[in-house]
Amino acid sequence: MSGPTGPVVWADVPPFPTAAKKQLAKEEQRATLSRVTHQIRAKRAAVVHERDDWEDLRRAGEQIKTRVLRHLDTYLEQAEQALTDAGVTVHWAVDADHANRIIYALVSETGETEVVKVKSMATAEIGVNEFLAKRGITAVETDLAELIVQMAGDRPSHIVVPAIHRNRTEIRDIFTEHMPGVPDDLTDDPAQLAGQARRHLRQKFLRANVAISGANFVVADSGTLCIVESEGNGRMCLTLPDTLISVVGIEKIVPTFADLEVFLQLLPRSSTGERMNPYTSLWSGVTPGDGPQNMHVVFLDNGRTKALADPVGRQALRCIRCSACLNSCPVYERTGGHAYGSVYPGPIGAILTPQLRGMDDPVDRALPFASSLCGACYEVCPVRINIPQVLTHLRGKAVDHDRENRKRGVERTAFRAATFGFDNDLLYNAGLSAGLPAAHVAAGKDGLRWLPFLGGKWTASRDVIRPPRQSFRRWWKQQTRAPAEQGEP
Amino acid sequence: MSARDTILSRVREALADVPDDERPADVAVPRDYRRTSRLPVADVLDLFVRTVEEYGAAVHRVEPDTLAAAVRAVCQERRIRSMAAAAGFPEHLVTGAGVVLMRDSPPMSAGSLNRADAVITTAAVGIAETGTIALGTGSGMGRRALSLVPDTHVCLVRADQVVATVPEALDRLAPQADRPITLVSGGSATSDIELVRVEGVHGPRVLEVILVESPTDGDSSNGPDDRASPGRRRAAPGTAG
Repeated sequence: MSGPTGPVVWADVPPFPTAAKKQLAKEEQRATLSRVTHQIRAKRAAVVHERDDWEDLRRAGEQIKTRVLRHLDTYLEQAEQALTDAGVTVHWAVDADHANRIIYALVSETGETEVVKVKSMATAEIGVNEFLAKRGITAVETDLAELIVQMAGDRPSHIVVPAIHRNRTEIRDIFTEHMPGVPDDLTDDPAQLAGQARRHLRQKFLRANVAISGANFVVADSGTLCIVESEGNGRMCLTLPDTLISVVGIEKIVPTFADLEVFLQLLPRSSTGERMNPYTSLWSGVTPGDGPQNMHVVFLDNGRTKALADPVGRQALRCIRCSACLNSCPVYERTGGHAYGSVYPGPIGAILTPQLRGMDDPVDRALPFASSLCGACYEVCPVRINIPQVLTHLRGKAVDHDRENRKRGVERTAFRAATFGFDNDLLYNAGLSAGLPAAHVAAGKDGLRWLPFLGGKWTASRDVIRPPRQSFRRWWKQQTRAPAEQGEP
Repeated sequence: MSARDTILSRVREALADVPDDERPADVAVPRDYRRTSRLPVADVLDLFVRTVEEYGAAVHRVEPDTLAAAVRAVCQERRIRSMAAAAGFPEHLVTGAGVVLMRDSPPMSAGSLNRADAVITTAAVGIAETGTIALGTGSGMGRRALSLVPDTHVCLVRADQVVATVPEALDRLAPQADRPITLVSGGSATSDIELVRVEGVHGPRVLEVILVESPTDGDSSNGPDDRASPGRRRAAPGTAG
């Protein structure tokens, strides 16, 4: 099955450098990703440029979230009170397994064996579908991309569009193979595919008694939950069943209903490049005669308090899951989401995953290095998460972790040797005098494509520019000794 | 210790660096973004029409005395034979259009709703900058399933309900935030296949908006200077441009 085997990450995915190599070889995937990420970047840019107050919105979004995080205990208690007053039962889950057990118990109480799901990162993170499946309960994903991933036994590779790595023809084939009652002449026209999904899910919606959702925002003072979506599958799940279980990360809070005015402007433009997404549902607990009468909210920690404890890394919890950082990342564009090995791929995943899980696993220690630090992610982030700053901070933590565990990495050994050389003037000059001319000749006009031995690890993904014939120091000495005779450096 | 107390104490431990005497309000939130618009009311309405249409939804601009005719025209064009409506919806608009009215009182089952060709509702607020219609649960709008299950949604918006910005809209919606609110921007859509926007998935595939402008609309809420502005005159149908 396709869910994470532990919380957040998939156990069988190797650390990023190895995983990325495998993904880079998939030519069709690279072509699809390159095309769609460039399209969505352009769409986003167009609707963001419409707003002359975009930077003001970003700063407001940043500070609202910062306020919440710095006083999260207060806001959690306030939200709990407001939700309870509105007729919602509030549960607290310390980790993924705990959340899954709560959800399973709630579904079991209803006697249902099939539940409908609204796409949600929190439920993907805890792997609730797999947990329920093992206990005889089918969780049907109703978001189109999530449905495609679920039917294909695949994994999500994007936060908003989990099937972004699949092109239309592949999706047609998945439908034909896995969806009952698909007409033989189904084409790969996206409109036809969407129509087919509509027919497939309609009966399930009309029958469903239990829905599981996440939430984009929870308003602390009113107990309002907010779900932002496109297809209407969310509205179906939030409206037709009698029981609704919403899994909400503890960082999803905004203080007041009015604060939504900032995020409802930031999120759609950053996410799908629209002025507004087709549907946004806001509800404050149980409304007699309208929608689910049996409502539960599960507040999920699952590592969030670990991330909160790091004053630098804490800002990752401002994330509103828009995916703009994925769409604008040159690394993500090439490797796709699966290389990150986590339900949270891309730049935000590279800082979120290791913070939620800690640094004990080599997969988590590799993630902060899965970036060129170009800063595009920071520029587009609607809540101004300084992703490059957190990446470098976490790189430091990864190195510290290795040092504490007495791992003598290649890099550390190399720097030891370099320190010895840099400390000794004679040795340094002798090294340069002997090494540079040889390297200059060896490199040729195009620079070095590969280095022997351990240096090969460096050149596996980089070229070395052609070294100069002589060192600057030497050249300088010649200049100052006999200025008149010297021409070219 | 309960899970609740565990999480709350973890949170407090994690925030050891936050000074004890810091209060939430001490974290300043700059609100320099635009909350309102300086557009004259007629331009706001024009913008609303344009942004709604950009989602692929049709907008019909009518005056109160041509509203019934507009509903009839939409029903004919879309071949609508049965139409669901909430209690409190002015029924003569539907029955006058020659279609079967499916009254949602007592509430219809989801299956019955699914058999309605269309649903007709009023709205709470329109947002011009984003082309959004907010549905509440007040009279004429009904419960949420009503405006969701049928394949065509005919939505009546009064011109005085249309505001320019998202913050203005939420200000108007705040008093009813204890009941469900749905923001609708065009018909249901997906971008899940190669990020190509496709209209029509699970929600209504067709959204027909009827914007009702009465000659006095906007005068009270948008200031006296709008009355004489050239833009005001453009609000009358047929004289746009």
